[in-house]
Amino acid sequence: MTTEDLRRMANRIRRRDLQAVFEAGAGHIGGEMSVTDILTALYFRILNVDPANPLDPERDRFVLSKGHTACALYVTLAEKGFIPKEEVATFLKPHSRLNGHPNRTKVPGVETNTGPLGHGLPVAVGMAISAKLSGAAWRTFVVTGDGEMQEGSNWEALSSAAQYKLDNLTLIIDHNRLQQGARLADTNNLAPFAPKLEAFGWAVREIDGHDMDQIVAALSPDSVTPGKPNAIVAHTNKGHGISFMSDNVAWHHKVPNAEQYKQAMAELEEAVQ
Amino acid sequence: MNAVTKEPKLYDCRDAFTATLEAMAAENGDIVAVCNDSVGSSKLAGFRDRFPERLINVGIAEQTLVGVGAGLANGGKLPFVCGAACFLTGRALEQIKADVAYSDTNVKLVGISSGMAYGELGPTHHSTEDFAWVRAIPNVAVVAPCDNVETAAAVAFAAEYTGPIFLRLSRVGVPQLLPDDHRFELGKAVTLRDGTDVTIIANGVLTHRAMLAADKLAAAGIEARVLNMATVRPIDEDAIVKAAEETGAIVTCEEHTIFGGLGSAVAEVVVETRPALMKRLGVPGIFPPTGSANFLLDEFGMSPDGIAAAASDLIERKA
Repeated sequence: MTTEDLRRMANRIRRRDLQAVFEAGAGHIGGEMSVTDILTALYFRILNVDPANPLDPERDRFVLSKGHTACALYVTLAEKGFIPKEEVATFLKPHSRLNGHPNRTKVPGVETNTGPLGHGLPVAVGMAISAKLSGAAWRTFVVTGDGEMQEGSNWEALSSAAQYKLDNLTLIIDHNRLQQGARLADTNNLAPFAPKLEAFGWAVREIDGHDMDQIVAALSPDSVTPGKPNAIVAHTNKGHGISFMSDNVAWHHKVPNAEQYKQAMAELEEAVQ
Repeated sequence: MNAVTKEPKLYDCRDAFTATLEAMAAENGDIVAVCNDSVGSSKLAGFRDRFPERLINVGIAEQTLVGVGAGLANGGKLPFVCGAACFLTGRALEQIKADVAYSDTNVKLVGISSGMAYGELGPTHHSTEDFAWVRAIPNVAVVAPCDNVETAAAVAFAAEYTGPIFLRLSRVGVPQLLPDDHRFELGKAVTLRDGTDVTIIANGVLTHRAMLAADKLAAAGIEARVLNMATVRPIDEDAIVKAAEETGAIVTCEEHTIFGGLGSAVAEVVVETRPALMKRLGVPGIFPPTGSANFLLDEFGMSPDGIAAAASDLIERKA
């Protein structure tokens, strides 16, 4: 997919996500809008995954550690063909496979059940060690939120990853500067991330997490620094693409009313023109 | 019958664990051991020397210990995740829940030096809540072997079994109680001694003490049934119902708080099926004072005499 096609796909995923959250009356729309471009680049350009064989041992692994943005992942998996597109309409409905947080035993394409923060990176480290032990070429990618990096388990895992020289592991921090209740800077300010990650032995790139060319370039195998785990600090906006949500802490898990939904959809539709 | 010799040889069950693990790893290249700087306490030095690349040491980092285990399983490995039981379960309980149990990863959790094995190091190092914690999580088998033979058999079983399992191993010496060719069956109690007056249900290091108690009771003309109930989840309901029906009195013994462990699991079955008198022996809901594991077990009424007294008391109340 060209980056232009990727941009179109990301817009389509944002619209479907917005609709699903509106119809379900729940979701984490702010963080979904911030991570969508990254998910799109991964699934439609980078990841070697096959919806027809979701457990192929040689597949790349992707872990959405910020599991509360599951709806964006479900829409992406549906667009990729892992689940039927019409199933997205069941998001959060009783007995739906599409729970508020992703479940690997129910949803093909999901690798590990996330939700409690600070779980994805340690699991991804185990995946990457496994590939190294097997001499396998598959790569492991994990997306965390920036607020999520406050969980101490991440720093255990960052250190272990460097110790094991996991250059087959890429961490993407969705750095949207907002956490549930307030700005990162006003809560427990880990920013700037790059010097901390470098001090832990990681190779770090900083990108505009909404610039598809930059995302694709940073995720490509050519960008991997050998002998070190690779981190991408993706500077993003919570609620990206929707003016009244963008960079607004109120939209962590707020649900748009009918009027807001109409306006948000109109803005996204206009953006695709 | 079942006369106990004066000086039985005592086994550290960690040796049976690592001997079995190394033997299996020699045959199965997917087996890996994961530890938290616990090569010595988990007795993994031999494994490390034989399979250096397959010993993953994440450092003193239990959340990552368990998370990495789940990731290794995702990549097709068969991880035995080893750490002191108190830290493995207490520090990483949410990883056990989300990454292992809920994600249904094929991870083998090995809690070393469980119960009060760390004795004088005190309650921070005791693992006397782990049955309750892990038993409350769906999709994890919980097993506390009673001797060297059952440890080896349970470790071999864990490798064959697909799914999460928590093996709770001690370091306190115990004599061999089961025959060399014993095969482990998940969720099946082993009747070590039959009787109709009272049933003593135990596991881990307490099974040995339960057998000594039964000898003492026999000397007083009381025939006690002794069930070694290594599996706490799934619990052997049939054996419990049968014990309640046929003996009418059950004493449980465990190296664990009496809240939520083996005794509770047995009581849950008893009250819902065949109500019978019970006494739950264990740590009585306090932080234990300073003392060795064996001292503390005696202190909490689980010496052979203490167990026998609890059994006699129940029999009196039955009448």
